[in-house]
Amino acid sequence: MGKSRQDRSGIAAVAGNGLLDRRALLGRGIMVAGAMGAGAGALNAAAAEPLAEAPWSLTPGDVTPAYGHPSRFEKAVVRTVDNPKNEPSGSRARTPHHLLRGTITPNGLHFTIMHSGIPDIDPAQHKLLIHGMVRQPLVFDLDALMRYRMVTRVGFMECGGNSAPLFSNEPIQADIQALHGLASCAEWAGVPLAALLDEAGVAPGAKWAVAEGADSVHLSRSVPLAKIMDDAMVALYQNGERIQPGQGYPMRLYLPGYEGNMNVKFLRRIQVTDRPGMTFYESKIYSDPLPDGRATQFYFVQEVKSFITSPSPGLALREPGVYEISGVAYSGTGRIAKVLVSADGGKSWAEAALDEPRLPKAFTRFGMAWRWDGGPAILQSRAWDEAGNAQPTREQFVAKRGQTSKPPSVRAFPGHHFNAVTSWAVDRKGEVHHAYA
Amino acid sequence: MLTRDLAIATCLLALAGGACAARAESPHLGRPISQADLAEWDINILPDGQNLPPGHGTAADGAKIYAEKCALCHGENGRGGHAARLIGGPPKASLEPGSKTIPNYWPYATTLFDLIRRAMPFTQPRSLSNDEVYALAAYILAENKLIGADDEMNATTLPKVRMPNRDNFVVQFPDRM
Repeated sequence: MGKSRQDRSGIAAVAGNGLLDRRALLGRGIMVAGAMGAGAGALNAAAAEPLAEAPWSLTPGDVTPAYGHPSRFEKAVVRTVDNPKNEPSGSRARTPHHLLRGTITPNGLHFTIMHSGIPDIDPAQHKLLIHGMVRQPLVFDLDALMRYRMVTRVGFMECGGNSAPLFSNEPIQADIQALHGLASCAEWAGVPLAALLDEAGVAPGAKWAVAEGADSVHLSRSVPLAKIMDDAMVALYQNGERIQPGQGYPMRLYLPGYEGNMNVKFLRRIQVTDRPGMTFYESKIYSDPLPDGRATQFYFVQEVKSFITSPSPGLALREPGVYEISGVAYSGTGRIAKVLVSADGGKSWAEAALDEPRLPKAFTRFGMAWRWDGGPAILQSRAWDEAGNAQPTREQFVAKRGQTSKPPSVRAFPGHHFNAVTSWAVDRKGEVHHAYA
Repeated sequence: MLTRDLAIATCLLALAGGACAARAESPHLGRPISQADLAEWDINILPDGQNLPPGHGTAADGAKIYAEKCALCHGENGRGGHAARLIGGPPKASLEPGSKTIPNYWPYATTLFDLIRRAMPFTQPRSLSNDEVYALAAYILAENKLIGADDEMNATTLPKVRMPNRDNFVVQFPDRM
């Protein structure tokens, strides 16, 4: 809508409440040749102060550390943890999406959930057993796996319980880290599990593989053999270095696009079977009651989803003017095809610019230019994947999956696989709140 | 290289593709292991009872073990503590946290044996004998009125326990199974 209208700077408005043609942010030429340079955009700031040498430019700096760390000014960019005192239960560390850009989550900020602490595994003693419905049970150690042909792929990882606070019947006021922090994206490298199963020789009639970790709960999940043979990986590296202990050192199962918990960490065993194990985590935890009284089972896929990372709660807008609305979109089914953004609570939408590369089952960064006029706004994003799946509106999602009768704790998991649209309400002060719209 | 020839033959039959030939060039570095030597790790219990070990136990045996090794986290008589409630609870599960219980939700009783043996007690997993695991499963099932108070649980009886919610699940992506 409104394609013929012009923003007051001369940039074409592409949807209601200030959404602008992407050239408002991306096109240097249009900034100069267009109206922004001549309009209010370039000249509404006070003049800059005279420049001087800063202290750090006048003396040599520190020696280079063996392993690099972020600047001391970036101390706020950390994960939030549920049980810092190591209380005996699940511990969770959430990714600070609002403080990151791009699509790759740094290893130290990648989300993690541990169900019984992080085991201190000696990689030289770790073993991977493949057995069950195979011709010959086999044991692999890390040295052996290092000689196999490895594959590399970028992919998101998302806990089935990510965004669970949005099952609440009222919007829970929390930042994006608390609401959507159990999703991250990394480059994974490792050995295709199919190659190892081929060596063991899968027997006719086999349909499932039960994967088990070497942690103290011996976490186990059943995976369809079709997925294993398609793109499952025994992941050894994350973003170029060995996967960290919180991600399953020295090896984890990586199932692109599938529920995080199925990507078994500290992978030590694959039993090939003709049926699922009906393990604790698939029988109870990652299964949800439906409004009709039945319950979901074997949900597997993290469906198409997106959220706006900036602006978002905690990132207030200082003054009216042009901003970039930025966020991530992803789908466990494949590539992101399209992201629409709205600034008026879904009354009008415009197509966001998608950064390349757009990889299947990976974060895709999207952006949209927006002129905030100082009035109320409700920002939303909605994604479609290449298979044609649409991210549901909240209304559509609740009709199908339900919501709580009263707001739960922000740390509770009333349901799983929430992938509906998130709404951020901007008030007249420029502060951003979680809203339902 | 009989194994390797077999692999190539199977592969060609199954897929008849170029990717397959590449797979056949695998390094073959997995070390064979016998069933006896992998037995210590072979702990998955399938829902039809496959792999349940010898042993037995009753609720009376289980009550004593429960009080000693489980109640600290799961509460007196299984009513819940900082770990999940195991006995009783709401009749029907909903989206309210904590409402999914063993009697109103779990589809298979075999999952109880599997979970207790692999993960419990939380600070000492794999420390229970098979008899103790059967006894604890019997205690939890009996207190939830899913079996009789004196019923013995063993490799034959446990898989036959009919969990009330078993047929109430919808497989989300059946085409991916």
